[in-house]
Amino acid sequence: MAAEKDKPRHTRPVEWWYEDFEPGRTGRSAPEDSYLLTREELIAYAAEFDPQPMHLDEAAASRSMLGGLAASGWHGCAILMRMLHDNLIGKAPGQGAPGCDKVEWLVPLRPGDAFSFHWKVLDRRVMNSRPDRGMVRFELQLRDQHGTVKVNCVQPIMILLREPDDV
Amino acid sequence: MFFEDIPIGATLELGEHIFTEEDMLRFARAYDPQDFHLSHEKAAQTHFGQLCASGWHTASVWMRKMVDTQARLANEAVARGERPARIGPAPGFENLVWKRPVYAGDTIRFTSTVMSKRESRSRPQWGLLTQHNEGFNQHGELVYAFDATIFVERRDAGKD
Repeated sequence: MAAEKDKPRHTRPVEWWYEDFEPGRTGRSAPEDSYLLTREELIAYAAEFDPQPMHLDEAAASRSMLGGLAASGWHGCAILMRMLHDNLIGKAPGQGAPGCDKVEWLVPLRPGDAFSFHWKVLDRRVMNSRPDRGMVRFELQLRDQHGTVKVNCVQPIMILLREPDDV
Repeated sequence: MFFEDIPIGATLELGEHIFTEEDMLRFARAYDPQDFHLSHEKAAQTHFGQLCASGWHTASVWMRKMVDTQARLANEAVARGERPARIGPAPGFENLVWKRPVYAGDTIRFTSTVMSKRESRSRPQWGLLTQHNEGFNQHGELVYAFDATIFVERRDAGKD
């Protein structure tokens, strides 16, 4: 594996490695880094990926179960991903995710919402197949400006070890 | 189709989508700017080896194919002189897996299979349908799957 180690393992500045994500550790986005969901962005995403009336049209949305214009749940996932990148994975050597255990769309996402991003480490393990990385399972949340949890997600993410055991 | 008319085990074909490099990059720049979604050069240094679509892009396209299919089915119902059943929002999903990368130029075929259904206790005019959803590439390999529960209107809405 010597040749492997000579290669750059990660191309960006790293603040956190696998070892830093102890179970129970939490973090959040800085207040100035909140994500403002504009009406324009909400409708643009819906027009491309989820063109249902409740995501496109105020009048139709008010008659729907969502009770007013609301973002596509998948748009919520995309925003969560962007905040996950900017506040966590972009600062750690993330190697992608095999999937997502669950996502709960708890409360509709509205135009004008300003989201904060919150993370908590649930558990972790070094991968047998690739001992230079581990799988860290996170609880990830989007909360609005009132602190209401709008999207709740449990997702495992692969992250490189700072000091992998020699193999 | 109304809740009562949907057979368990039935697979709905949602159609195919070609993932162009342009669309993949546009999505990645907005929502998922990780190296392996942003450029060929950077992707080559990662374990993916080449540029691949954000998993959330794949998920978003599945939704588009589902919405288009539901719209087509609704139009067909209207053409037969029937009132189409309403589809409500989903409270979330589980067991999402990105089994294989989706590369630029891949054609993904999406499906949705009904696994189980039950009546909603809190909303008697609706039923809850659990679906297993999948995406396959042009080689027939599974690239994407998840399970979701959605609200579907009951024919005998609120009669009990």
